Amino acid sequence: MIEFQGVSYTYGGSSLLDEVSFALPQGSFHFLTGPSGSGKTTLIKLCYAALRASAGQIRVFGKDAATLDRDGVAFLRRNVGVVHQDCQFLDHLSVAENIALPTVVSGQAGARSVGNLQDLLNWVGLAEVANSFPPEISGGERQRAALARALINAPDIILADEPTGNIDWEMAQRLLKLLIELNKMGKTVLIATHDMALIRAAKTQVQSRVLRIQAKQVWLAGADL
Amino acid sequence: MKGIFENILIFLIGDAQAERMVPPTGFTVRLTVFAAAAMAFLATMALAFSMATGRLADKWTSELSRSSTIRIASSTQQAIAQRDAVLGVLATTPGVESYRVIDTEEQRQLLAPWFGQEIDLELLPVPTLIEIVERPGGFDAENLQFRLAAEAPAAVFDTHRRWRAPLVNAANRLKILGWVALALIIASLAVMVTLAAQSALAANHQVISVMRLIGARDGYIAQAFVRRFTIRGLIGAVIGVCLGLLALALMPSAGGVAGFLTGLAPTGWGWLFPVWIPIVTGIIAFLATRRAANRLLRSLP
Repeated sequence: MIEFQGVSYTYGGSSLLDEVSFALPQGSFHFLTGPSGSGKTTLIKLCYAALRASAGQIRVFGKDAATLDRDGVAFLRRNVGVVHQDCQFLDHLSVAENIALPTVVSGQAGARSVGNLQDLLNWVGLAEVANSFPPEISGGERQRAALARALINAPDIILADEPTGNIDWEMAQRLLKLLIELNKMGKTVLIATHDMALIRAAKTQVQSRVLRIQAKQVWLAGADL
Repeated sequence: MKGIFENILIFLIGDAQAERMVPPTGFTVRLTVFAAAAMAFLATMALAFSMATGRLADKWTSELSRSSTIRIASSTQQAIAQRDAVLGVLATTPGVESYRVIDTEEQRQLLAPWFGQEIDLELLPVPTLIEIVERPGGFDAENLQFRLAAEAPAAVFDTHRRWRAPLVNAANRLKILGWVALALIIASLAVMVTLAAQSALAANHQVISVMRLIGARDGYIAQAFVRRFTIRGLIGAVIGVCLGLLALALMPSAGGVAGFLTGLAPTGWGWLFPVWIPIVTGIIAFLATRRAANRLLRSLP
């Protein structure tokens, strides 16, 4: 699904990643951890072509991300659901409309997507706030709305960058449960987090692996996590 | 050609769902509409000014270029003989369409503004005036001058060229000035709409980022903004042109003695000329927003 081969990333003259290589097979569940500023967000952004590698090759769905033109990047993002810590919404649209946005931009909005939307709203527990506007809902609801938006097009890969950073433990557990359910449906999941408790909680529910960024390299962490 | 019309039609119909993504309100809406309306108003005025000066120049050129005057300043006895000689010369001059002696009553009317209606022309050494109207091809003025010098030496031939030329020149310069002003207004309109579009796009940076994140193509995002701005520009320009035409229509009329300033309003089909201003504004808004949107989109990953 996602494959990094000798990927380096340099920004403003300083190197953030240096010849990183790893692969995320289809249906795998990975955590990406490391200290703040170690490059977790950079690596996530490289996965959906929000950043371009300075060297090396990133293959997503078998395609070299470096060769994608702007439309190619747009099509890639329709198949990769992304959830950020500071999830951004269009504040003038309702929660339901925000969640449905990816179907609109990909031209898939229709009766079937309305059905999917209802199912999704129920699944993430946002049916009651579907007609509210983003500034009116809580942090946890925003995170779940962002997850729902990332899933509406049924992407094969889910990338979550610190998805539990702004929510309490109970809500984090709930979000994790949703991501584990998605993985059980065959989705490839990569979660960047420095929350070790979350990683430990996941270990009991799903077969997951942990990638640690350290000294500009990505290592497969040991079983101690 | 069919493809172009189809594209224009698709653009005009728009994509309601894409449109929903652009926030409907904000200062940039008022800014764009106001800028377009103000510039369209000024463009209408400049256009009316150019058209009026054009009409004035044409009028001066056509009315005066075909007419000339012969003045006979001499004693009564000689004047009659000289007048008859001049009329004899004019009767045999090719290119002369008509000629007439300005009669006493008409002379009285011409002098009335200075001497009053009660003027006694017997007491004034008023010259005999003969007005000549030439055919479109004109006549040989030099030859006529020679013949008059030979047969009526007291006659002074005046083609009006001496004082007409500077007036026509001035009117033509004013016309050019009007077109230059119009061009500058349109350039300013382009700058203002571009700035308004850039400002709106900057204000909607988050919207654009989100759309890119969820897989919207650049063309899709750009079109949502470009259509919105083109329509805003068009609406503003229509408002500006309507106000401009209203202002022109409400200008006080001076009736038959209409001067330059009171004759600014277009005439006949001229009222339809400003129709192109909203069209040009729409095209400018379209190009300016598309350029600004593409530039912003290229800066995003």
